[in-house]
Amino acid sequence: MASRFDIRRQTGFPTVALFCFFLLYLPLSVVVIFAFNSGTSIAVWEGFSFRWFVQAWSNQQVVDASIRSVQIASVAAVIATVAATMAALATTRTRPYRGLTFKYAFINQPLMVPEIVTAVALLIFFSRIKIATGYSGLGYLMIAHAAFCIPFAYLPIRARLESMDTALETAAADLYATPWQAFRRVTLPLLWPGIIAGLMLAFVISLDDVVITEFVKSAGQDTLPTYMLGQLRRVVTPEINAISTAFLGISVAIVTVFFLISRKKT
Amino acid sequence: MASAAETARKAERDDIRKRWLLSAPALLIIFFAAAGPLGIVIVYSFLEPGSYGDVRWSFSTDAWVSVVLQRDIFDETLSIADAHVAIFWRSVTLSLATTVFAFIFGFPTAYFIATRPERTRALWLFLITIPFWTNLLIRTFAIQEVIRNEGLFNIVLLKLGLISTPIQIIYTDTAIMIGMIYVYLPLMVLPLYASMEKLDFRLVEAGYDLYATRFQVLRRIILPMVKPGIVAGSILVFIPSLGAYVTPRILGGGRNLMLGNLIELQFGQGRNWPLGASLSITLLIIVLAALLIYIRYAGTGARNHG
Repeated sequence: MASRFDIRRQTGFPTVALFCFFLLYLPLSVVVIFAFNSGTSIAVWEGFSFRWFVQAWSNQQVVDASIRSVQIASVAAVIATVAATMAALATTRTRPYRGLTFKYAFINQPLMVPEIVTAVALLIFFSRIKIATGYSGLGYLMIAHAAFCIPFAYLPIRARLESMDTALETAAADLYATPWQAFRRVTLPLLWPGIIAGLMLAFVISLDDVVITEFVKSAGQDTLPTYMLGQLRRVVTPEINAISTAFLGISVAIVTVFFLISRKKT
Repeated sequence: MASAAETARKAERDDIRKRWLLSAPALLIIFFAAAGPLGIVIVYSFLEPGSYGDVRWSFSTDAWVSVVLQRDIFDETLSIADAHVAIFWRSVTLSLATTVFAFIFGFPTAYFIATRPERTRALWLFLITIPFWTNLLIRTFAIQEVIRNEGLFNIVLLKLGLISTPIQIIYTDTAIMIGMIYVYLPLMVLPLYASMEKLDFRLVEAGYDLYATRFQVLRRIILPMVKPGIVAGSILVFIPSLGAYVTPRILGGGRNLMLGNLIELQFGQGRNWPLGASLSITLLIIVLAALLIYIRYAGTGARNHG
């Protein structure tokens, strides 16, 4: 035998795995490459240019939709993170009590129900409220996004809380800190990386949402994803590639920061 | 003494009350904007459709009958609604096929990542996570760019002279399946990886010491040990596939509907809100059944290997 026998090796697995990574990144690469095409084709390369980025940037609909996406995602992510932090404090580091399992299930409920079902439910419910109150602003989208972002914000915060040392808080209490002081000066600083991670996850999840937004939005409330969904039905120019590329860049940047934060164990 | 026990009990009651107050905002938001409205969907599924969308407030089971049956316009007889049954069948079979293919591709990938040296493992994991967090719509658009008639796949085959006319993939069931495998593959890989990361390779070594072949080791040792990961990954792929809306809408081209698209139609052109409601509840019931099966299997898996 030429090489040492490796018990971990399985014939053909690395080949399939590398092929998978290739297949995962090939389509995304095609989208990114043709965003820089100088021609109008999304299949034939005609030279390098930024024209489609410029065109997307000067398209008022795209700019409006982007601003709306960021507004909704910011508000929804903050609401979801605050609510999730409080919920995480209430459901960790305790003996089991009545309702604890119910809370877990209820907080994770948005993950278990297919998005299309939630979307339909909100369409019905919010259309009633819109008629009753006459209000049809972005508030509906913000609260709907906050709801399905809560489980995503909750996960890293809860994980952080469970890995934290309770001795420091006990020490604070022993030194006559009030519960609020102990929380503010000991728990919160230690929990901070988890909260930031949760906030970023919630932001990305809200930014990416298509289905619920498509059903809940009123006329003229397109976010970037629902605008793109509408455009994909028509003849597609590299402008869509340019928007996708910019979008990808932002998501990748946020996820990279998230990855670095959650890897740091202190 | 009695008072000390009483104080302790009171402290515990206060603690629990504080915990309910703390979790109230999250529970209220989810009740108001996710869980609660599901109740309204159930109510709507038992009403009559209004003339211009919405509902008329009179009790009717027609919507539930129409899920799989259709009433003849002339003689009022009931027969199987072929269109709906075909869509249910397509949704279930495509979702199952997607799950199987995601497993075939995902298992070696997860195993590959789990057996990398500690230093490079995080990077491979990161590479599988990136597509997972990028917009589903962009990923569907990306796969469309590859498989459409003038897309990369057909251009390359034409250039190589392997085909003379483009292969029609887009706007077929195959296109929907390829798209779903592409967008949901990370959901299969991540739980598989999580269960493989903890794999005890001393057991694998013992297998080889007892003259097992590589395939026997895979089938008799590795597969049973990572069963919880397989079940979790399958459920994570199967459930969103079943309720998929964006992928079939873009890659199916409006003719090859799945359940999600059929539901949407009832709130758009079809304007039969109660039918849309009963179809939604039907989808929800199928998903919950799948989840219950998962909980049973995951439970037994943990007992056997925990």
